Amino acid sequence: MHAGTRLADARTLCPQLAVAPSDPAEDHAFLEALALWARRWGPWSALDPPDGLLVDVTGVAHLFGGEAALLADVRAGFAARRIAVHLAIAPTAGAAWGLAHCPLPNGEKEEADPLARLPVAALRLDPAVLTVLRRLGLKRIGDLDRVGRDALQRRFRNRKDPAANPLLRLDQLRGLVAEPLLPVVPEILPLVQRRLLEPIRHRELLERVLADLADDLVRELEAQGKGARRLELGLWRVDGAVTIRSLECAAATRDPAHICRLFSEKLGEIDAGFGIETVRLRTSWAEQLAPGQGDMTAPEERPGTTLAAFIDRLATRLGPRAVTRPVPHASHIPERAQRWQPPLEPAPPRQEELRFHARPLKLLDKAERIAVLYATPDGYPKAFRWRGAVHEVARVEGPERIAPEWWRERSSARLRDYYRIEDGEGRRYWIYRHGIIGDGRGSDLQGGLPDWYLQGIFA
Amino acid sequence: MPQPEPALLPSIAPTLMAADMVALTTRRTMRWRPGLSVDGSGAPHSEIFAAAGEASGAGLALALALDRLDPEDRRPILWVQTRETARLTGRPYRAGLPAALRDRVIHVLADKAQDALFALEEGLHCRDLAGVLGEISGNPKQLDFTASRRLSLAAEKYGVPLWLIRLDAGRDLSSARMRWQAAAAPSAPPRWNSAAPGDPCWRAELFRARSHAPGKWILHHDGQTLNTAAPEARPHAATTAHPVGLVFAAGARSLAAG
Repeated sequence: MHAGTRLADARTLCPQLAVAPSDPAEDHAFLEALALWARRWGPWSALDPPDGLLVDVTGVAHLFGGEAALLADVRAGFAARRIAVHLAIAPTAGAAWGLAHCPLPNGEKEEADPLARLPVAALRLDPAVLTVLRRLGLKRIGDLDRVGRDALQRRFRNRKDPAANPLLRLDQLRGLVAEPLLPVVPEILPLVQRRLLEPIRHRELLERVLADLADDLVRELEAQGKGARRLELGLWRVDGAVTIRSLECAAATRDPAHICRLFSEKLGEIDAGFGIETVRLRTSWAEQLAPGQGDMTAPEERPGTTLAAFIDRLATRLGPRAVTRPVPHASHIPERAQRWQPPLEPAPPRQEELRFHARPLKLLDKAERIAVLYATPDGYPKAFRWRGAVHEVARVEGPERIAPEWWRERSSARLRDYYRIEDGEGRRYWIYRHGIIGDGRGSDLQGGLPDWYLQGIFA
Repeated sequence: MPQPEPALLPSIAPTLMAADMVALTTRRTMRWRPGLSVDGSGAPHSEIFAAAGEASGAGLALALALDRLDPEDRRPILWVQTRETARLTGRPYRAGLPAALRDRVIHVLADKAQDALFALEEGLHCRDLAGVLGEISGNPKQLDFTASRRLSLAAEKYGVPLWLIRLDAGRDLSSARMRWQAAAAPSAPPRWNSAAPGDPCWRAELFRARSHAPGKWILHHDGQTLNTAAPEARPHAATTAHPVGLVFAAGARSLAAG
């Protein structure tokens, strides 16, 4: 049996097979945790997805009593956790990988150049390259040496990726070129808590505790040079019920008063029951926030809150979607040409707007249908009725034709002819005729009488 | 509280009072004109009454904001709407905003008038905002005199100007320093196509102001995109009397200040 065997075939061979669905994301998370744990044998470790770990044990082996004892210790550690491993120690990461994946028989280890005995599969190459090497009859690393560098360089000269270039992998295996590795760095997010002797049942006390916790948390964050983006407040009641309140900040913050104020908006409807005995404040998302230095020579800072604090307060009270900023979007259709995004996020790249396009100050959420008096098929509007009032059209400019976006819409979508109009009172509107009579489009594909819509209002 | 010296009192108090009164009278009788508060002085809290079926309220508020704000100021500007006003008059459209404000608008959509008032007050407390625009329709009972007084005090304390647009609202009690009534006015025909709508024009009535005499004007904003272009750059600059682009062509009244 091998990887890639069908489940039915495998069950035929072994009916007692235990089946578990594959979960690559969970596997990766487990590998990360394992990499952090494996740092007990060396100063840093790196992932080798999907199933490998690299630990740097340079100058470490004597602490365990030699390399053999180190390997024995690792084997015992994994065995205690019931994880099957293949282990190898080598001067380079490539050699260790090769020896772990393609172990040599005991007799061959003592030869002069044991690496030359390794199969080419030990070079961490793509399957396609391995196929090429197999077809060329190159089975072991020693065979590659016999072919010579020039031939290999000529054959694989266009391969820049190490996994596709045997020569590069060979040099990495021998330590002739450096191979940078990305170590796993644990992120310890600050967590502070208070276990209370006397369960609290009143809001004033809870806010007092919260203020203390915020101070502690800010101290921790300061030590790490970070600021909190997402915070979770957990309240454990005496009877075991847990209440979680979380909030998200628009920018990394390290201001205890701000944190307290944001949470106090959310403490309103908490049921304390018989009392709250544990309060825990946790940062689940932190960002780098370098400690800033106040400018002593600058004039006194103006009173008021910062923009990020202001946005946080609004988002806490009105909901995260209430505070937005209009940003352009690549589309011809007016309502699609604008999107709303959180105010502190960077604006997407955009093209300059065309200067001769006159666009209204305000756009209705949904274009409202109007009844228009006009000369068919494409005359100027003379008068229209909108929200029950009749407007005489005094001035008009148009049409500005905006075709449907054929790459997005159905073939039956009709074009729009936009008119800027001003009525007798001086009110300025942006209206459009949806289609032309006889264009063969529309819901019935007959090209019936077009509808008119009012979409925007000019200042 | 100790009583002041009786000998000093008569000599100082009348002169101070007289000076105050003169200053107050000159300020009170000074007629409003565009460009008066370019330096950031003037009333920080204005109200603009307008009908919901037109954008003249928002247009005039933006024109007044551009008239007041420092063109070098790149701080964002807050625009608060209730859901009701967004349904009635639509949301701000980026491509139609004045070029100076296009990238600076932060929009808040509040469910109720109370939330909108909260957002307005928080915005006035924020030192990183250049100004605050609010749109509230009707006469919600949360927006009483106390609420408007809170807004006025916050605007004065933190120096963030507020333009509150009242759509389809009655002229209720308010502490706004300047109160405008705005309505659309027929625009002047553009030079190259006299059949097309021209630059926006408003019939603006300043019906209550603390530091100005009330008056009526027809204001229009130069340039297609509500920006304040220098009059020399405009072909019909000869007709514009004021360099900031807000031009009034009132009927019989004198155009000069005072």
